[in-house]
Amino acid sequence: MKKLLLLILVSSTALAGEPSADRQAVLRNMLKHDCGACHGLTLKGGLGPALLPEALAGKSDDFLADTILNGRTGTAMPPWQQFINRDEALWLVNILRNPEH
Amino acid sequence: MKKLIPILGFVLSLNAAAEPRATGDLGVVIEREDGKAMIINTTERKQLAEIEGLGDLSHASVVFSRDQRYAYVFGRDGGLTKVDLLGDAIARRIVQAGNSIGGAISQDGRFIAVSNYTPGGVKVFSSDTLELVADIPAEYDNGKLSKVVGLADAPGQRFVFSLFDAGEIWVLDLNNPQQPAIEKFRNIGKQPYDALISPDGRYYIAGLFGEPGLALLDLWNRQDGVKRVLPEYGKTDEKLPVYKMPHLEGWAIAGDYLFVPAVGKHEVLVIDKRQWQLVKAIPTAGQPVFVMARPDARQIWVNFAFPDNGQVQVIDAKDLSVSKTLAPGKAVLHMEFTPRGEQVWLAVRDDNQIVVYDTETLAEITRLPAKTPSGIFFSARAHQIGL
Ligand code: HEC
Repeated sequence: MKKLLLLILVSSTALAGEPSADRQAVLRNMLKHDCGACHGLTLKGGLGPALLPEALAGKSDDFLADTILNGRTGTAMPPWQQFINRDEALWLVNILRNPEH
Repeated sequence: MKKLIPILGFVLSLNAAAEPRATGDLGVVIEREDGKAMIINTTERKQLAEIEGLGDLSHASVVFSRDQRYAYVFGRDGGLTKVDLLGDAIARRIVQAGNSIGGAISQDGRFIAVSNYTPGGVKVFSSDTLELVADIPAEYDNGKLSKVVGLADAPGQRFVFSLFDAGEIWVLDLNNPQQPAIEKFRNIGKQPYDALISPDGRYYIAGLFGEPGLALLDLWNRQDGVKRVLPEYGKTDEKLPVYKMPHLEGWAIAGDYLFVPAVGKHEVLVIDKRQWQLVKAIPTAGQPVFVMARPDARQIWVNFAFPDNGQVQVIDAKDLSVSKTLAPGKAVLHMEFTPRGEQVWLAVRDDNQIVVYDTETLAEITRLPAKTPSGIFFSARAHQIGL
């Protein structure tokens, strides 16, 4: 049973993919304003670095999603895992890489 | 027909004479998402005009000319825009850096200083023409440039600011604008994130993000250097995440007490400025962002970082405790008191509204529509040191 549950959990995250339309709107608003408070409304940087595609090129999705979820200790980047799950973090990374999406 | 014209002319001039607009009770509301600002009348509580084309206004701030005719808007994208409050128009606009954080106006009103993230430093402009007067790169460690925060005007034609990456405080003296003098204070603490100057212009206090406490410079006794305040406070505690950096520029000094946001703790700290000792840590609803005293300093109003930014708390300066928690709406970003404090205006970003409260009854007076409002600045700031 435990194994099955794990299997279901794993496959559900694998299949989950895109957040719902409502959730996407919330995440986009969050990206613009709450992330924007440090990274700039247009993500060109502020107290935090620019999050434009050029700046993120060469960094893996997992690495960036980890940064979003766990923050970076010793810097001003806070952990967001209380508010964003891993799929959503990966979706945000994809939005960052493809801004006109 | 000929007869009519002089009469018409007379009526027109009469009209013009009957309605000159005063600027002492006006204000500017930043509408960050659209790069716009509203000009508002705070007595009639209505919008007078909308100014477009101000650029990226995430983290915008405003100072006013001493005649209260012009508002200088500092945008995130390095834009510096001089807005004519009488003409409802942009008088001048320049883009002076790649990324900037705030600005200040000099004691005599002749200079506007802007603090920049990239390239890190301070630039000073003529408030009249916006021509460059002085360029001060924030150099440290053999040519590295630091982000500059906490820029404030100080008496004696000075500007004071902090270097986030370098951990320094600099005092810029513009008595001779051709040859600005700079006094540097090093090792003031890790990552100063913002600063305030006391309303009398004597104390410059920077909040530290990279370590506990605050850095204090007594401008009357600069030879004594920068001192630390509360360097041990919360040192061993686990820090809570900070989803938005606190702001210090809206000073909160009530009598001998200074009220400042704790960092990584949901508290407002009350510090006695006679000994610079902690009097009390007041528990609050979230990470405080702005901690602002009503002009008579009887109340201290506090707003919060995400995810607690739907609330505002009012601290009673007499009891040093929260006397009221308000829920004005979604994402309260900023607060501004009318000059004598009978009202406070709140910017509620996600509800696209400005909410006005009566500070005595704490009852809501009205709501005005505004698109993603993020900052409210009244022209009375023109005559206050540090604002
Ligand atoms: C309180 C300020 C702050 C907020 C709010 C904030 N960040 Fe950050 N962020 C930072 C800082 C500072 C860094 C750089 C950390 C370092 O020096 O390694 C950073 C780094 C990052 C990075 C890594 C960039 C790289 O090139 O490695 C990503 C991705 C990121 N943030 C995404 C986000 C997202 C998404 C949000 C909103 C959900 C957010 N940040 C909100 C301050 C912030």
